Amino acid sequence: MNELVYKYIRDNRNNILDNWIINMREKADERLIKVVSDEMFARTSSEFIDMITTRLTDNGQEFLNRLTDFAEKVVRLGWPLTFVNEGLREFSRITFEGMMDTGLVNQDNQMDIIYDFDSFMTPMNNEIVNMYSQTWEKTVSLQKIALQELSAPLIPVLDRITVMPLVGTIDTERAKQIMENLLQGVVKHRSEVVLIDITGVPVVDTMVAHHIIQAAEAVRLVGAHCMLCGIRPEIAQTIVNLGINLNEITTKNSLQKGIEAALEITSRKIVEMEEMEE
Amino acid sequence: MEFQSCVKIINEWDIVAARQLGRNVAKELGFGTVDQARITTAISELARNIYLYAGQGRVCIEKLYENGKSGLLIIASDEGPGIPDVRKVMEDGFSTSGGLGAGLPGVKRLMDEFDLDTNVGKGTEIRATKWLR
Repeated sequence: MNELVYKYIRDNRNNILDNWIINMREKADERLIKVVSDEMFARTSSEFIDMITTRLTDNGQEFLNRLTDFAEKVVRLGWPLTFVNEGLREFSRITFEGMMDTGLVNQDNQMDIIYDFDSFMTPMNNEIVNMYSQTWEKTVSLQKIALQELSAPLIPVLDRITVMPLVGTIDTERAKQIMENLLQGVVKHRSEVVLIDITGVPVVDTMVAHHIIQAAEAVRLVGAHCMLCGIRPEIAQTIVNLGINLNEITTKNSLQKGIEAALEITSRKIVEMEEMEE
Repeated sequence: MEFQSCVKIINEWDIVAARQLGRNVAKELGFGTVDQARITTAISELARNIYLYAGQGRVCIEKLYENGKSGLLIIASDEGPGIPDVRKVMEDGFSTSGGLGAGLPGVKRLMDEFDLDTNVGKGTEIRATKWLR
């Protein structure tokens, strides 16, 4: 960037900083003031100006590292991206207008300086947007993994009896996993009865029902029984309204009832200790 | 007195957002758990249809107040391919995507009023109402 601009920023550091903070404070709304404290804002703004003024002495790489650090910092502080972007724009506007007022910018060099500003601010803008989107993408992919981890566990509760508790929304991705885990688990645990518990599924629409029917059919093909438990009364009513036929599947209203029935199928039952002694 | 809020349906997770919105409004209006489940299931069906067949569209939820009754109106609209044979899609068991084919007739049974307006090549708008009893 032009030496002229640097010099102006360095010489008028405090002036620019004050103006900048006042202007940004005006722009900030209720919500933002909670997130961005006065003190933190002043400190970060001053750091930003320091970063720019050291641009001359540092080499390119050094500056880039500082820029990355700065971007990381604002992301960590949780400042909204629009606010930070607006801040950058405001900064160049204040500096440029200040230079106009002092006559440093005139008709002849106006275009050069505008161009300089642009080529200077654009990489900074990009870096900050980039840092924000990276952080978001990382969060989303981590959550996706976390969600996958708890999406369809298969629990062997008793010999030859396994349970798959489903909690939360079932989308296409999960439905696929449910099917895979179910079939793999049935074979691995040598289950005779599999109980799918849908107590934690908020909405059973035709798609969810369709996937459950398919899963039950596949379980039947590998030679096991499939039972559906945890059908809440309101879910039962919507299933009837939708006209979904679940006749092929044994259904129970609770997991407990399901397990009792599963024991019955595998010719066992739970008895009290006293009875045993007799 | 009218109140409307909308959710854009672009990906599968927007279905959940639409459902959540519907459930909240239904709760505010004082619907019981069974009707809440009916309303959310209906929204789920309609939103999924948009996602599957039209690619994108929107689901709007409106509070209705008429003749001392209050109700909830779901408007699902898209600019998708439209439905060529309306009579057929209202039959149970008809599906072009290998599903159960209970979606639209199911929604009609879940709700009190059901109105389907479609234009092939232009899009579809479905309005379904549930009255609070």
